[in-house]
Amino acid sequence: MPKLTIDGREVEVPAGTNLIEAARRLGIEVPYYCYHPGLSIAGQCRLCMVDVGNSPRPQIACNTLAADGMVVRTETPKVLETRQSVMEFHLINHPLDCPVCDQAGECWLQIYYMKHGLYEPRMVDEKVHKPKAVPLGPHVILDAERCILCSRCVRFCDEITGTGELGIFQRGDHSEIGLFPGKELANPYSANVVDICPVGALTDRDFRFAVRVWYLETAKSVCPGCSRGCNIEVHYNLRRPHHNQGHRVARLKPRENPEVNQWWICDAGRYGGKFVDDASRLLFPTRGRENAAREVGWDEMVPLVAARLRDYRPDEIGVLASPRMANEDLFVLKRLVEHLGIANVDFRVPPGRPGDEDRILIKADKNPNTRGAELIGLAPRAGGLDARGMLRAARERRLKGLWVFHHDLLASAWPGSEIREALRALDWFIFQGSNANGISPDADVLLPSATWVEREGTFTNFEGRVQRFWKAVEPPGASLSDWEILARIGDALGLGAVPGRAEDSFKSLAAGVPAFAGLSYRELGDFGKEAATA
Amino acid sequence: MKFRQRFYLAEVLIGLGVTAAHFFVNLGRHTAHHVFGRKTVPGAVTFQYPEERRPYSPRLRSLHRLVRREDGSPRCVACMMCETVCPAHCIYIVAAEHPNQDIEKYPERFDIDLGKCVFCGYCVEACPEDAIRMDTGILEFSSYSRLGMIYTKETLLALEPAGPDGTPRSPISIPPDRRP
Repeated sequence: MPKLTIDGREVEVPAGTNLIEAARRLGIEVPYYCYHPGLSIAGQCRLCMVDVGNSPRPQIACNTLAADGMVVRTETPKVLETRQSVMEFHLINHPLDCPVCDQAGECWLQIYYMKHGLYEPRMVDEKVHKPKAVPLGPHVILDAERCILCSRCVRFCDEITGTGELGIFQRGDHSEIGLFPGKELANPYSANVVDICPVGALTDRDFRFAVRVWYLETAKSVCPGCSRGCNIEVHYNLRRPHHNQGHRVARLKPRENPEVNQWWICDAGRYGGKFVDDASRLLFPTRGRENAAREVGWDEMVPLVAARLRDYRPDEIGVLASPRMANEDLFVLKRLVEHLGIANVDFRVPPGRPGDEDRILIKADKNPNTRGAELIGLAPRAGGLDARGMLRAARERRLKGLWVFHHDLLASAWPGSEIREALRALDWFIFQGSNANGISPDADVLLPSATWVEREGTFTNFEGRVQRFWKAVEPPGASLSDWEILARIGDALGLGAVPGRAEDSFKSLAAGVPAFAGLSYRELGDFGKEAATA
Repeated sequence: MKFRQRFYLAEVLIGLGVTAAHFFVNLGRHTAHHVFGRKTVPGAVTFQYPEERRPYSPRLRSLHRLVRREDGSPRCVACMMCETVCPAHCIYIVAAEHPNQDIEKYPERFDIDLGKCVFCGYCVEACPEDAIRMDTGILEFSSYSRLGMIYTKETLLALEPAGPDGTPRSPISIPPDRRP
């Protein structure tokens, strides 16, 4: 392992580490645009210049590997002057449209201009004009004038997705990023180029003009779009509710986790959070169907549900849990069904269309917590029916009550007529979920649950990695976390007091399920931890 | 002290004379006002508002207006600088795509809630386009409802700057729900 000195401090780094990463270990920031730890080295931007040893000229840190005994200085007058000159070149043709640029506030050109800028411009000529507001694909829009030609987006499409839609065309100061003829930036990971673009050249069409970035707040989270469980940041806006049509969640951004998604996220996940602020959200516990529907309080609803569960024989009741529920919810539900002796428990419903899958991130299983449901054990218990069996039993009037969580059965692979017939034959049908769907109008009791950004919890991804998500916004209306609804009903059935927080539920889960033994919220940290899969 | 001033009486008489002169001048002015209807004759110290106005300073911060381009559209590019800097959170802007790509954005909605505004003028200072000014000279915009205090983009665009002496040149717009 090479040992080198950076700004007078010694550091030992693994062989093959470049000087940017070596300096980062010491907390020294070397500015750069074109370098990205997930992409090849291009050496395009020339900003990461540092003094190495007795070399007469500064060298680029991104393409210089740490060597034993190297002496690196990052703040010498020569280096600072070089940075200023490089910044001057980058800004020669950059338009002064920060106020209307969506990147303003998170733009590295702005940040490094403040640090290393030449505040008195010497450029007197007319700037080169290039195409503005060019849609490159369904999610990305290009402003070629703002581009500094770092080529990160080109390398992303070449190296990560392998689709190669983008290239740099023309020469000299007329160079610009563009699409190859006949191509469209429509690969399933296209919007990642927006994240890696250090300036405002590539911006998100979905987020265009929606919210200025300085209004946004951030919560760490996990993508619920598939069983990969990519780490994300939820960017939400509560300060200016009139922006973005009142939607609180403005965008989802990938969060670096080397074990799961590295720096990336797929477009389906990135734009898959729209249901949070959708008009179809269920807001209040509701009794009765259609015109007879009546919103009631939880103090009336909880005893009603408890009475139904108590008054029917366990074999007349079916519970269809969902792999969209968090581990905490599933554990409280498992305790509830065990307490009541209900054997008809399942969580698997085959989707109507098989999910797409690739070798990068996307998994065919579009549920975030299938593995968690398996580990916690919500499969049919001895003598119990599975999901399809429950519907058949309902049609044959052997099953009298059904409690469905989140699933839209009409979007499943099963024939819709069978499902409708089964649901109509029931004495009672409780639907618990965050949004109205195909079957929720058939329910005579609706229990509104909070979405994943409105609560805390954990998902277990397909590898058995348990990952935390944090609360970003308040649940709307009277909706509650699934675990809290279930715990309140459990309390009414004499199962003990409601845990105060999701963490308490996770503690009992860690104590009660061997796979989760030894795990705690503190242990999971920001990046999660593997459950002990037997 | 002068010799004359030592004699108390003479000074008293001079003082009475000044007071009496003011009295009779004002008597004449107010008679002109109230009996003969000569409203342009100035009163003693009282400005006969609203017929008579003090000259406003050119630096006065009065009702906001949105500056227009030549084609009458707002010069504003919906950058939200004023909305961000506003300490009272009284500016509400919703941005939309401008047909001209060089302009990029325009405000689809630009509302100022004057019920919240503290007239600090930060919005004017923050604006990179000189699109909002507080130079209409209008200070009268009370309302019978809170809604009436919210001035929309159309209202703000229609306002003109004040004249050289600070008198408003645009009619003081009264939203329909502001009338009693």
